[in-house]
Amino acid sequence: MFGYYVELGLRSLRRNPLLTALMVMAIGFGVAASMITWSVFRAVSGNPIPEKSSQLFTALIDSRGPNNNKGEPPLALNYTDATALIKAHKAEHQTLLYNVSLSVLPADSDSLPFTAAGYATNTDFFSMFDAPFQYGSGWSASDDERHAAVVVISHELNEQLFGGADSVGRDVTLGMHTYRVVGVTAHWDPKPRFYDLFDGNEFGEPVQMYVPFTRAIDLQIDTAGNNNCGSLMDYGNGREAWLRGECVWIPVWVELQTAADVARYRDFLTAYADEQQRAGRFHWAPNVRLRDVANWLDYEHVVPSESRISLMVSLGFFAICLINTIGLLLAKFMRRAPEIGVRRALGAPRRQIYGQFLIEAATVGLAGGLLGLLLTAVGMLGVGLLFEADIARLAHLDLSLVATTLLVAIFATVLAAFYPAWRAAQVQPAWQLKSN
Amino acid sequence: MQIKPILAAMRHHRAGTLLIALQIALTLAIVCNALFIIQQRMTRVSRPSGVDESNLFVVENYWADQSSPQRIDAQMRADLLALRQLGSVQDVAPANSFPLHGSGWDNFVKTTPDQIRSTLDSAIYFADDHTLATLGVRLIAGRNFTSSEVGSQTPPDPMLASEVIISKALAKVTFPQGSALGQTIYVSGGNRPSTVIGVTDTLQAHTVASWMNNYAYNAVLLPARLLTDRTFYLVRARPGQLDAAMRDAPKTLYAQSRMRIINRKDGVLSFAQVRKAAYGRDLGMAILMGIVSMVLLAITAAGIVGLTSFWVGQRRKQIGIRRALGATRHDILSYFLTENLLIGISGVVIGAVLALGINLWMVTQFEMARLSLAYVAIGVVALLLLGQGAVLAPAMRASNVPPVEATRSV
Repeated sequence: MFGYYVELGLRSLRRNPLLTALMVMAIGFGVAASMITWSVFRAVSGNPIPEKSSQLFTALIDSRGPNNNKGEPPLALNYTDATALIKAHKAEHQTLLYNVSLSVLPADSDSLPFTAAGYATNTDFFSMFDAPFQYGSGWSASDDERHAAVVVISHELNEQLFGGADSVGRDVTLGMHTYRVVGVTAHWDPKPRFYDLFDGNEFGEPVQMYVPFTRAIDLQIDTAGNNNCGSLMDYGNGREAWLRGECVWIPVWVELQTAADVARYRDFLTAYADEQQRAGRFHWAPNVRLRDVANWLDYEHVVPSESRISLMVSLGFFAICLINTIGLLLAKFMRRAPEIGVRRALGAPRRQIYGQFLIEAATVGLAGGLLGLLLTAVGMLGVGLLFEADIARLAHLDLSLVATTLLVAIFATVLAAFYPAWRAAQVQPAWQLKSN
Repeated sequence: MQIKPILAAMRHHRAGTLLIALQIALTLAIVCNALFIIQQRMTRVSRPSGVDESNLFVVENYWADQSSPQRIDAQMRADLLALRQLGSVQDVAPANSFPLHGSGWDNFVKTTPDQIRSTLDSAIYFADDHTLATLGVRLIAGRNFTSSEVGSQTPPDPMLASEVIISKALAKVTFPQGSALGQTIYVSGGNRPSTVIGVTDTLQAHTVASWMNNYAYNAVLLPARLLTDRTFYLVRARPGQLDAAMRDAPKTLYAQSRMRIINRKDGVLSFAQVRKAAYGRDLGMAILMGIVSMVLLAITAAGIVGLTSFWVGQRRKQIGIRRALGATRHDILSYFLTENLLIGISGVVIGAVLALGINLWMVTQFEMARLSLAYVAIGVVALLLLGQGAVLAPAMRASNVPPVEATRSV
């Protein structure tokens, strides 16, 4: 019977071409709008590090006082506090980082130099954030202590510089200084880049290299990211004064396994701030924060409000398309009341009528889904018009989106068909036969 | 027209009536808000930058050799001279940032040295004596920097700014009572005073991000070349020669020295491209809302056509009887128009409430402005007209039903 009903359904699609076209288009447009905005939303609101997101925390200390930032600590640490936390080593793992942009001089003197963007960080960065390696590994804690001239480069930079060969042990010239490659990451680009929201790099271009923080400070490499001095700009003359001043530019992350570890670390941060107050550096009570990945993404509003609004508008749009479909299905089904009457009079139970029309609706849904898929594919090309390039890049049509599009279209249409099909099943055979 | 029989008939096809009313209500709610979002975003996008955008482009130049500030300064001066000699170029200025760039430098501005709480933010543009002419920004009071006033600045050092030029908007908030000329402001964080020597016409800040909304037109120009790893050259092409100048400038710079990096992809950007990037999200939102609104109205109209056609088909016999009993074509036509109007009115009433509700919710969630009632009014009229338009074709078909239909059994 199922096959027969599908055939009937397909045939009836052709019977009222106008009504059918209206329904298919409504479903197609509705599902396409929802899927396009959903693909963007899914990309920007994803969890970049699902296994560890509740164990990684960014540590914040109020070094500005209650007059700044509405009582919230600044969104990164200054050099003094960042290095103090790393040195204290109170968490299982801890890392600090800042954005650097360095010129790369290719080995052959004919090619023009180019810039590579990356981070100055420490050994724990790679294990904390689960960086995958293609060759070699991150540098060691002793490399950090020795301020070693070592570098980890990305798969892509390795392709560019060494044609993809195992480059561990070879030299790279970055910002006119030579570094030895100790590791090459596999392709790795967690989005949003949770560890560097401070610089607004959540959807930035993939990172190309990592160098030791200690080395970068020795070489006086300036941050290529944010440097926020609040209103306390008057730190004196020269780089050393700036470094010791209260400008914040270094995100610090710690890895804490259990709730007890978190509580202990929070106590440590409070004690640290308390000590600074007693030393006369802070003139206010300790004000510290530990934010895990999800909390941090939320607090920094990583998901653009445009993405939320467009998703909601699209869902509303889809709902209207479905209401429209209910009305049109009702018209389409009730138009066939005489036919239903005959079937009923010949002995078909209501259940059969119900089934027939639900299956017919499913074929409409399938047709709408296919149109929706086409429109989604076309719409994906236009996502660049709706969102900036670095976000649009993240949205793509993959197998799961194709499956979701079709399933949502069919499921929603069948759902919309419940009432019209029920009405069809209620048709009184006697009435229809009489008027005939 | 009698309304009572229409209401009685509606009771017989409650479901369809309800569906159309609901669809009109939701469509109105979404379209009102969508139009409002479009209007808000387009207002933002059409704000002036104050800059002569059509002839302007920007070169982003990285110094590849990490040279000393002194060498960067020397190279910068040589670059500026070389660029200014190009036939296609009218003027050139060095910059750390510029309107609509997206990132840059902003400082708190104070009018008294002992103010603790920072209340007033402003973009900081490092400038030389060519900056105003390059940007095409007029002075409305005071004078430009002289070349001897222009110094050089390395970032960690305190800012040298005994003279500054400020934008009109900043002048107005800092000195609401009178002229800002000759007044003292504090822009460097510390307590070093700066004298205002000039006030520019409209000049937008470097970012259109929401945190800068209250300070969107605040700018301070400091007379210095900022010596960092990255330098922007603002270049104003001679009228009609933008393309030529955009080709010439990087060539000239590379001829000066090859130890620099000008990204092939986005190292040279026209101001049109800068503007497009800055307002990408706003334009995208406006486009999306526009598409959604249009498709939504089309679908609602199609839904009305579909259901009314069905009703007309269902009631051919009754229409025939009415015609046979003396009703004119016009009576039949106005029956369906009135029916649709009644459904439409109930729909837009619910829809108007929904539209305001959705807007209120968005105000709490997304820092949106309050929906003005004018939009609801426009939406209401539009949807009622849409309904009448959509129902016209099926209603005409109904009015063409001949009286003889009454005698037929089907």
